[in-house]
Amino acid sequence: MTSATFSIWRGAAGEGKFFKYTTEISEGMVVLDAVHKIQAEQANDMAVRWNCKAGKCGSCSAEINGIPRLMCMTRLNQLPLERPVTIEPMRSFPSIRDLVTDVSWNFRVKKQIKKFKPRPPDVADGSWRMQQEDVDRVQEFRKCIECFLCQDVCHVLREHHKHEEFIGPRFFVYVAALEMHPLDTENRVEELAKAKGIGYCNITKCCTKVCPESITITDNAIIPLKERVVDEFYDPIKRLFRAIRGQ
Amino acid sequence: MPEYQKFEHDVLVVGAGGAGLRAAIEASAGGVTVGLVCKSLLGKAHTVMAEGGIAAALGTVNSADNWKVHFADTMRGGQYVNNWRMAELHAKEAPTCVRELEAWGAVFDRTREGDILQRNFGGHRYPRLAHVGDRTGLEMIRTLQDHGIHQGIDVHMECTVLSLLKDGDRVVGAFGYDRQRGGFLLFEAKAIVLATGGVGRSYKITSNSWEYTGDGHALAYNAGADLMDMEFVQFHPTGMIWPPSVAGILVTEGVRGEGGVLRNSKSRRFMFDDIPEAYRHQTADNEEEGWRYCQGDKQARRPPELLTRDHVARCIVREIKEGRGSPHGGVFLDISWIKEKIPNAPEHIKKKLPSMYHQFKQLADVDITTTAMEVGPTMHYIMGGIRVHPETQMSTVTGLFAAGECGCGLHGANRLGGNSLSDLLVFGKRAGKFAAAFAKEHSAGTINTDQVDSIARSALEPFERGTRSTDAQGPYQIQHELQVKMQELVGIVRTEPEMLKALEEIGKFQKRMRSVAVQGNREYNSGWHTALDLPNLLTVSEAITRSALERRESRGGHFREDYPNKDKAFGEFNIIARRGPGGEMKVVRQNIPPLPAELKQIIEEQQK
Amino acid sequence: MPQAAVSTKRGLGTTERRDLWWVEPLAVALGLLGFIIYATWAAFQGNHYYFGPYISPFYSPEVFGDSQHSWFGPVPAWWPAFLPFSPALLILWAPGGFRVTCYYYRGSYYKALWADPPACAVGESRGGYRGERSFPLIIQNIHRYFLYLAVLFLFFLAYDVWKALWFTDAAGAVHFGIGVGTIVLAVNVFLLGSYALGCHSMRHLIGGRHDELKNAILGRNCYNCVSALNRNHMRWAWCSLFWVAFSDVYVRLCSMGVWTDWRII
Repeated sequence: MTSATFSIWRGAAGEGKFFKYTTEISEGMVVLDAVHKIQAEQANDMAVRWNCKAGKCGSCSAEINGIPRLMCMTRLNQLPLERPVTIEPMRSFPSIRDLVTDVSWNFRVKKQIKKFKPRPPDVADGSWRMQQEDVDRVQEFRKCIECFLCQDVCHVLREHHKHEEFIGPRFFVYVAALEMHPLDTENRVEELAKAKGIGYCNITKCCTKVCPESITITDNAIIPLKERVVDEFYDPIKRLFRAIRGQ
Repeated sequence: MPEYQKFEHDVLVVGAGGAGLRAAIEASAGGVTVGLVCKSLLGKAHTVMAEGGIAAALGTVNSADNWKVHFADTMRGGQYVNNWRMAELHAKEAPTCVRELEAWGAVFDRTREGDILQRNFGGHRYPRLAHVGDRTGLEMIRTLQDHGIHQGIDVHMECTVLSLLKDGDRVVGAFGYDRQRGGFLLFEAKAIVLATGGVGRSYKITSNSWEYTGDGHALAYNAGADLMDMEFVQFHPTGMIWPPSVAGILVTEGVRGEGGVLRNSKSRRFMFDDIPEAYRHQTADNEEEGWRYCQGDKQARRPPELLTRDHVARCIVREIKEGRGSPHGGVFLDISWIKEKIPNAPEHIKKKLPSMYHQFKQLADVDITTTAMEVGPTMHYIMGGIRVHPETQMSTVTGLFAAGECGCGLHGANRLGGNSLSDLLVFGKRAGKFAAAFAKEHSAGTINTDQVDSIARSALEPFERGTRSTDAQGPYQIQHELQVKMQELVGIVRTEPEMLKALEEIGKFQKRMRSVAVQGNREYNSGWHTALDLPNLLTVSEAITRSALERRESRGGHFREDYPNKDKAFGEFNIIARRGPGGEMKVVRQNIPPLPAELKQIIEEQQK
Repeated sequence: MPQAAVSTKRGLGTTERRDLWWVEPLAVALGLLGFIIYATWAAFQGNHYYFGPYISPFYSPEVFGDSQHSWFGPVPAWWPAFLPFSPALLILWAPGGFRVTCYYYRGSYYKALWADPPACAVGESRGGYRGERSFPLIIQNIHRYFLYLAVLFLFFLAYDVWKALWFTDAAGAVHFGIGVGTIVLAVNVFLLGSYALGCHSMRHLIGGRHDELKNAILGRNCYNCVSALNRNHMRWAWCSLFWVAFSDVYVRLCSMGVWTDWRII
């Protein structure tokens, strides 16, 4: 058995500091195991949000050595243990206590996005036909586990706090899944350009880098949406054609 | 007097997994106001962990499939102690429920014709599982969640119900707390749907997360409802076993559906050694035929790896006990061998089983496209639960409904893979519909505020003890010891002396629980939450143990070493645990109503 | 946001990151600045841009100029004397604009040159932020028009490769041949083509704008090809950037007599 030291941010409502805990570690442990061990042995009341512990629910998001990650999917043998491992809550959201943040903003944002509206069924029994190749794109986006790490790392939210004007990478992925859904008939391009603030994204691709589901957020979701916005708003020739056709 | 916030809803749904969300959607579509309580954040419930798919006889891959085959498969899997009416409704209604998900935006994998693709799974005669790679549960919960948020449902995230409140014989509300701030909440409701999931945290090795402490079971039991079939606990045959910190995490049955095979340390496919008589005519007798089945050959019979979960789990336990296990005490599950059969096997595996590939790569440093996985049984699901009316899902307590894993009846002695997700949809929908109807017909009841105060006070007691701290007990310690004991004494293989020992231990834990103490304050205090979950865990553990003692035979998920065979006489009834007048747990037998002739005929036809 | 997150404002470069997060933006900054400086210098030279059948890609198409590649002959008399003239200055804005508005470059120079942010999860100092939502950066949305030009330029450059296959000997006779320079120019077209055709706007126009790819103009396969190029867009961007500069260096040094152009055939 070897031991490792963890420097964990503890506090409430944004006020707090790092506390150091040393605990024994064993083979195959992930950061969440270490946090649980500390919680069970040294700090019973330490607040940490978790659920499946298998990288499928996206509850245990935090910043480990400064990088937004899922605690349950970060193995200790991938971290340098000579120095204390820092664990902090996500920075884009208000802190509740210790490692737990208030992510309710995300749920409010999602509610404001127009819901799925399918075309009439293709077959008399009320079902649809879609080709696998056409749904591949959408299935990638639907892998999202809503860990909100992309929201955390996005500097538009993290540094510039544009929560009121910008919906963040998670919801661009969500809108992309709806917009590119072969059955969907709703149009969300105008709200993307205006209320949802897609223009704030300056393509740093940080969201793609931290995504635990390896969704190519920027290249496959945000940029294609930006292009659809260009189609509708910034392409003079397209506008001209539309004007001629009287649309 | 402790303070609390008050909410009023026509229907209160407790639990926001597949069943809870489906119930909430249906209830609000029924024109009543709905509150939805989730123990964690919305969309994080254990439904996301379901990998394989949703069983529904859509017949898109093999048109020979229909509800009758599905019904017969479910009954046979459950060893005929299922509630046959529920099995019938389930088989008939599941296809509509799957189509409904598609209409709400779910994107299932497609057949070449563009219809929903279905895959093979243990115990299902035909390819029947509508799926999305190996993340079907995520697709389902996200679809329900995204649909549900536009239905005007009030969602109470990170809230836990401590107790149901009754007015006479009827349930009229619930009292709980909010995890984030630690405040108390009072919900007044005309009808309540419990959809709290399972009891996995009673065991040490489990695929369930911290949430699954049998809350719904215990709430209903304490409110006077019957718990049925609690002895039937499903151990999923393939859970991860190494490294220790991930032990219990599920390895989907889909691995075997795609051609994965189980081998012991002697490289023998031991599943061929023991094929139960009831399945012999449907099971391949050589490796080649098994492989053809996984490739979609409609003439081939399925490989023995896809037999029912209870059987596979026991075979694995036998191999381990007899010294043919893998280095870390499991057996080998190998999918990489298919490279002998198909070109580009690594790519194929990554495409078909992406989350398994990542799970092993990231958590165990194992590349499943080249190396065999080490697996062993893990506590996965409880077939037993709150006894409900098969059509309305109302429990024996007026106004209290249950659906999903915390309900009971559909699966009998053993659940087939894929039947769980369809269970959530079919009976979640029914529970929501009938709860809404009930709420429309009844006015609000009266809440007993004295009862509310006493619940609140007792919930805060662990803090008071924390400051006094003489002979204080840590909540984590008790929980951990209970899990170890349950695993040891009421696990996959059971005996009477061990279970009697377990009852004795549970009694001791109940005493220790009364002096459990926690420190700190009420905001997001996991220690406190664990302390409040303990009584529920102990209640369900006791119910499992007492019911298991009563069933002196082996059937499905319940295996007794002292009664290793199935006993026809025990197939005539279910076992029910209910609270006696003095607060003690009573176990009674309840006869299974006779099977109607037409259903009997279906079962007989399908056995040919 | 209503409530405070953990230490909301941090200065430039503050982070808990332990890795060498500054290496990538620094390398990008050096690479981009190096290219800009060289390209500007080379564009203003106005000489040594052709050699034998070769023309430097910085100078192609040569609208006015002194080489055999010139479309309309030498510099017109009406060119104002106070303006510096170089054939490169007439055309470089097009490929330059393509790169400046390219989605990949945008993301990387916002980080490397603007420090907005310096790197992922690293603090920045700026208070206000407008992104690409308003003037001036809203102009980036014209990227697809630069794409049209870039595709046009690919044809010009391909034509240059064709011309680089025909060598005039001392007697004035024209022979087919391949020199190292031919290969340099051909590789340049290949890299630029892979970069331009894998552009995000291209991907959108070729099929990405449809929800069902069966409606894509040139079919699903074409979209899949563009997507495959697009996955390595960054790599193509850097390789083509390096090679276009190298092509100019090659022609320039051959023309100056420093390097000798070896004939293969």
